[in-house]
Amino acid sequence: MQGRVPSPVGERSVFETPERVVRRLEPSSSSLTPLQYLQGVVTPADLHFERHHGGIPNIDPERYELLIHGMVERPTVFRLADLKRFPAESRLRFLECSGNGGSAYQSQGRRVDMSPQDMDGLTSTSEWTGVPLKLLFREVGALPEATWFLAEGMDAAVMTRSIPMDKAWDDAIVAYGQNGEPLRPEQGYPARLFLPGWEGNSSVKWLRRLELSDRPFMTREETSKYTDPLPGGKARMFSFTMDAKSLITFPTFPERLDGPGWWEIRGIAWTGRGRITRVEISTDGGTSWEDAELQEPVLPKCHVRFRKLWNWNGRAATLMSRATDETGYVQPTREELHRARGSYTRYHFNQIRPWRVERDGRVFFAG
Amino acid sequence: MPGLLNAAELEALADARRRGLEAANHWPEFAFGNPADEERIAAWDIDIGPDGVGLPPGRGSVERGETLYRLQCVQCHGLRGEGAEFEALAGRAPGDAFRFAEDRSTPITVGSYWPYATTLFDYIRRAMPQAAPGTLPPDDVYALTAFVLHLNDLLEPGETLDAASLTAIVMPSRDRFVRDDRRGGPEVR
Repeated sequence: MQGRVPSPVGERSVFETPERVVRRLEPSSSSLTPLQYLQGVVTPADLHFERHHGGIPNIDPERYELLIHGMVERPTVFRLADLKRFPAESRLRFLECSGNGGSAYQSQGRRVDMSPQDMDGLTSTSEWTGVPLKLLFREVGALPEATWFLAEGMDAAVMTRSIPMDKAWDDAIVAYGQNGEPLRPEQGYPARLFLPGWEGNSSVKWLRRLELSDRPFMTREETSKYTDPLPGGKARMFSFTMDAKSLITFPTFPERLDGPGWWEIRGIAWTGRGRITRVEISTDGGTSWEDAELQEPVLPKCHVRFRKLWNWNGRAATLMSRATDETGYVQPTREELHRARGSYTRYHFNQIRPWRVERDGRVFFAG
Repeated sequence: MPGLLNAAELEALADARRRGLEAANHWPEFAFGNPADEERIAAWDIDIGPDGVGLPPGRGSVERGETLYRLQCVQCHGLRGEGAEFEALAGRAPGDAFRFAEDRSTPITVGSYWPYATTLFDYIRRAMPQAAPGTLPPDDVYALTAFVLHLNDLLEPGETLDAASLTAIVMPSRDRFVRDDRRGGPEVR
């Protein structure tokens, strides 16, 4: 029998139906990437997690404009075509919401029947294409007195964050491409800020305005939200960098291993401070550790795939992964992080995630 | 205010700028885009700084704010800002203790947590009410800001807010906030 004929746009096998888990809470809404379904490090664009504060705007690319003003010599409006005409760069980089993994951190609300998607699905990796922000800031004549800039979206919340200028001079881009095509609407179409290695909220989507200044603006998203209460009556603000983290994506809930023997433990690791240098695996609840293999190339500020063969003897076992990055930072246990940041800090939950394999092969979260 | 750079940070930023410009100067000058005139900028430049920069002329009283609040805000935030479908706006901890990392019994509200009152004006103006964000005139935003501050015992009945009085308000938790103090390297902090 003849098969299906070619088509203008392909689609997944009818046997493959991955889905984001959609959450609608308070004014915010999100959807979670099915991490346990993915292989390698690239997240298909239609499965990239979502997090937005005023819904997804529908923006005509012909009418799109980016305004750069404030402490600059030449306030300028760029059309999308202008942005695309500049020299471009493409980089594979992770993007993670700093609230990711909260359900695995606090003592209340933790459940054993959470999948990696349920727990940590607010992280994804894409190839992002755009124009370096340092080039745009050179073009408009950014003044040496500028120490911060405001990034503003054109969603219903007109969301804003203050960003330190050194990120602009380093690796920030204004992105318009994702995995080889224009950004998805939920990822900021037609253009967004992208700040490699930094908490997702700061990579403002549907970007309409950049205002250079000599102080931060203290917007709602960097005071009331996205600040980290700490023990001792303090709260940390502008905590942009994502610390090193890893998680096992197989075997995890709701998988069931159908018997003893060889299994490949798989997962992803990443750090906002550069490259992952090592991922270790424990199959005995953290008593002993062995190195996992890292899939080359190991890119900075990007998910890296790790793998470790495991000969399961059929007895109950607790699996853990532990990442180390090039700065020497080792992914902490939950107890260490609770000591450093308190039990109810609100963002940045990069502690080790343990999984319990029962004798019958069922797997449960054991954090 | 966290975020003002000290001498060492300014020097590091100057270095970063030098390196960034050096990299950018490998490209020719393109001069793409169009100049933005004052009118164009004013149409979008709605942000309010913690120093009050950007606050428009206008004023609003606690009482006028209460009237507007009952019409536009009650459904989501509750009659006295206690929270309903969406988050709580009002409530202070005894003695303004700031124990959010250790204790989750104190709700995070404008009065218990927000470091700057100007943020309230900025956010209400740009994002509220949810069904028609960006439509409130400045007098209404001042009035609603006044009422929410009143709900947090930060303004008395009969008081009125304008640019000067809003900027002068010191929030209970203002000095609780520190800029990211993680130092990189092996330390878990």
